[in-house]
Amino acid sequence: MDDFQYHAPSSVDGVLSALRGADDGKVLAGGMSLVPVLKLGLAAPSDLVSLRNVPGLSDIEDHGHCLKIGACCTHAQVAASSVVQERIPALAVMAGRIGDPQVRNCGTIGGSVAHNDPAADYPAACVGLGATIITDRRKISSDDFFGSMFETALEEDELIRAVCFPIVARAAYAKFENPASKYAVAGVMVAEGDDGVRVAVTGAGAGVFRVAEMEAALADDFSADAVAGIGVSADGLLSDNVAGAEYRAHLVTVMAKRAVEACG
Amino acid sequence: MSDNGSNGTGFIGASLKRKEDARFLTGRGRYTDDINLPGQLYAHLLRSTVAHADLASVDTSAAEAAPGVHAVFTGPDMEGVGGIPTGWLIHSKDGSPMVEPAHPPMAVGKVRHVGEIVAIVVAETRVQAREAAALIDIDYQELPAVASLAAARADGAPKVWDEADGNLCYDWEVGDRAAAEDAIAGAAHTVSIDVVNQRLVPNAIEPRAAIGSFDPTTDVYTLYTTSQNPHLIRLLLGAFVLGLPEHKLRIVAPDVGGGFGSKIPHYAEEAIITWTAGRLGRPVKWTSDRSEAFVSDTQGRDHISTATLGLDEDGKFVGLKVSTQANLGAYLSTFATCVPTYLYGILFAGPYTTPAIYCEVEGVFTNTVPVDALRGAGRPEATYLLERLVDKAAAATGIDRVDIRRRNFIREFPYQTPVALQYDQGDYDATLDLALEASDWDGFEARRSEAAGRGKLRGIGISTFIEACGIAPSAVVGSLGARAGLYEVGSVRVHPTGSVSVFTGTHSHGQGHETTFAQIVAETLGVDFEAVDVVHGDTGAIPFGMGTYGSRSLAVGGTAIYNAVQKVIAKGKKIAAHLLEASEEDIEFANGNFTVAGTDRSKSIGEVALTAYVPHNYPEGLEPGLEETAFYDPLNFTFPAGTHVAEVEVDPETGVVELVAVTGADDVGRIINPMIVNGQLHGGLAHGIGQALLEHCEYDAEGQLVTGSYMSYTMPRAGDLPNFNINHNTTHCTHNPLGVKGVGEVGSIGVPPAVINAVVDALSPLGVTHIEMPATSQRVWQAIQAAQAQD
Repeated sequence: MDDFQYHAPSSVDGVLSALRGADDGKVLAGGMSLVPVLKLGLAAPSDLVSLRNVPGLSDIEDHGHCLKIGACCTHAQVAASSVVQERIPALAVMAGRIGDPQVRNCGTIGGSVAHNDPAADYPAACVGLGATIITDRRKISSDDFFGSMFETALEEDELIRAVCFPIVARAAYAKFENPASKYAVAGVMVAEGDDGVRVAVTGAGAGVFRVAEMEAALADDFSADAVAGIGVSADGLLSDNVAGAEYRAHLVTVMAKRAVEACG
Repeated sequence: MSDNGSNGTGFIGASLKRKEDARFLTGRGRYTDDINLPGQLYAHLLRSTVAHADLASVDTSAAEAAPGVHAVFTGPDMEGVGGIPTGWLIHSKDGSPMVEPAHPPMAVGKVRHVGEIVAIVVAETRVQAREAAALIDIDYQELPAVASLAAARADGAPKVWDEADGNLCYDWEVGDRAAAEDAIAGAAHTVSIDVVNQRLVPNAIEPRAAIGSFDPTTDVYTLYTTSQNPHLIRLLLGAFVLGLPEHKLRIVAPDVGGGFGSKIPHYAEEAIITWTAGRLGRPVKWTSDRSEAFVSDTQGRDHISTATLGLDEDGKFVGLKVSTQANLGAYLSTFATCVPTYLYGILFAGPYTTPAIYCEVEGVFTNTVPVDALRGAGRPEATYLLERLVDKAAAATGIDRVDIRRRNFIREFPYQTPVALQYDQGDYDATLDLALEASDWDGFEARRSEAAGRGKLRGIGISTFIEACGIAPSAVVGSLGARAGLYEVGSVRVHPTGSVSVFTGTHSHGQGHETTFAQIVAETLGVDFEAVDVVHGDTGAIPFGMGTYGSRSLAVGGTAIYNAVQKVIAKGKKIAAHLLEASEEDIEFANGNFTVAGTDRSKSIGEVALTAYVPHNYPEGLEPGLEETAFYDPLNFTFPAGTHVAEVEVDPETGVVELVAVTGADDVGRIINPMIVNGQLHGGLAHGIGQALLEHCEYDAEGQLVTGSYMSYTMPRAGDLPNFNINHNTTHCTHNPLGVKGVGEVGSIGVPPAVINAVVDALSPLGVTHIEMPATSQRVWQAIQAAQAQD
């Protein structure tokens, strides 16, 4: 790990000015992805700006039509939140299955969303539930936010403040995890809300993606059987020592089916 | 005193809490990296990033000029230092000795695997050393690499060593080829199998570390190192590498956090660190990190085999032939050559009466990390092959899986196998019966049906196995090529006030020796358990020893201690006889008291000890003091045996295998501490289950390690394991006085075939007949797809 300058400002403005003043600044919001990357020497930012001392970023608020979850809420906090469990249980279940207890107690929703690991769970939750990413300057729909792996719509000095999840009629997340890393090999969030059915897949491709054919089938007939025969193409899917592209494609269908079943 | 040393004090056989756990559980263990010597410098070892290359140039000038750097050395700087030796000479079928390439501690001219050491940088701090190492400019002229057995043995394959044609180290055999082939040719049934025993990473929780120092006032080098066998390191490092006599080289292996075989070998790092400390006149510390461990700790297994079993019309095995290729890696590690030969081929009788057995093994060089012993070391590979083959034979003949095993069990002992070993004792029916009952084998079909109702494929699998442990009679292993004796040493020092220090040449790195050996001494000497301390891991304190591996510590090391106690008692009788004014022959010893037979006149061991050290009233001609040493060379291997049963449920949609039950019925010989024995069984089972279902060390075709971290190499976690149903049926070893056999490797040997047999049983309704380890979800899914495609 190379040396870096550490900042822990106590306001969003302080974070932004620290980022702007750095040659190559990175926000530290839990560090569950960033710290291993630094340790392996794969990145060497000049400055790390911690959100630790910024107040008001760890709240979970019920706004009636949506839940607003502060960027610094840990996965464990979301998993254990009675509001989340009651209003969007699929989200609580999803957060409770990220990584391991250590990761869940340090990693944050904002960090995960900003990092956009192609195998992370939150991108599927955001896209599947139709969440909105709230930054220091704007609101970005999930569909517009996530790019290919590790790419997002965030500008260099833009900071996520919260993520708003609309309350949906029903939703469930099914995840096939890598037995070593516990990342998603194929994670599928299925939700039925005001704007219809959404099916979002993480882990299988270069970034989170929706499966239009499944969404259409479920809008017509919200049942496991409706998606059981719908496959995704293996072309362009990830392949590693745990799962080749063909197997991943198969798992997407199985997980979609199980998510629908879990919706009840 | 009753049979087998029991003195009625109850220490043997009691689940006493482990003496060592207080310090381990409160963070007061003292591991190599916890030790810091005055003036200590830190080393970083720069390792090859490519699998095979000529080192066109290694420019260290920028590193030498970096802040805090004291020295940078590369392979040529160590010219004149000996190579890292191999501990066992194997001869090929034609009588020729194995190819034994040079093994300089650091690469000279060429690198042969990712992780091979190219340079050492020594600096004031660890960070300075690492940062300076990044400034070393290496010009790798890459060469084609062979990373697998298939690639290494292919026609025209690139050569790891110029002197090894076909990348062959040796072409070894054991048994009677003609007898086995004739028996198979004349058999009523024959069944064949091809199996891969995949490569594993040992993954001890404590990464390796070393601190070298040199004392100019005594000319003594001291090396602190993470070793399972400090005296062996002293022998190899002193005599073969650095040319130092034993009295000028001290090896200390303090608390060590697990070994599993990976801390047996004498490593290049130990030589480099000790040599560098001498060159610089300052202590030098090196501590591996986890990423480094993945490419520098020896790895295990890595066989490809084909085998044929012949059976008569009644299902009796008549002949077995096994042909194996074993990956040795790029360099020959200390026991690399004997693990796939003399710890493998001689196991193929298993618990069965197969009269004709032949095994041939090609030892093969590849551009991969060297392979050496890993928990079980050769015996898991043999057992897996044999028990998969027996299941296939049952399927092919239509004989029940349990019945076919029972029809072939050895029941008369001693039993001479056709592959060198002679079993002294065992009761294979007893452990089989126990396992069948404990696992409710007969009730399985109901459980299969119930699972089917939930959409799951349930399967049950069995393995019946023996081990050869307690390594080993020196004359036997010497005749087979071992370059060391494999006896053990125990010293028992009774102090003047009756407390006892026990010195053992074995080494405890998780086994609980400090407790088990104290129980033996407390019981046999009749002293308090708390009054006995066990000392290990320091060549400066312990007379000699060969260390801990091959489930030998209790059977060989424990016996040495037991024999030393008997010497103490014999001397104590002389002292007591004098004090009691009786004849030595009339003195009986029990419960810590020397008593004149038939009287109530006695002296305690404490009184006798005090007299031995304050010999005012003392037998004429007898030496003062009460301390005895015994060297024990075992008469035979020990033969733990057992039956393991595994039950799995397969999700046919995803291929995920859930291990739902594991039952063990084991005969590990006499049990000193049941809690420690069961802990060893649990650990071994977890290890074996890891191999069966999860772990796989994979290289790509260029020799890059694909599974170089815990993000890609799957270790078993608690959640992957069911509660273990452990049962014991004990027979006593006949040739050591404690009747003990060994337990440390049972699980890793016995359970992998039981798990795979269960997976195949679950999938057999679909037409699947074999699946390789690890039975990952993708493999199972692919097997199901392939079977369905054939329908």
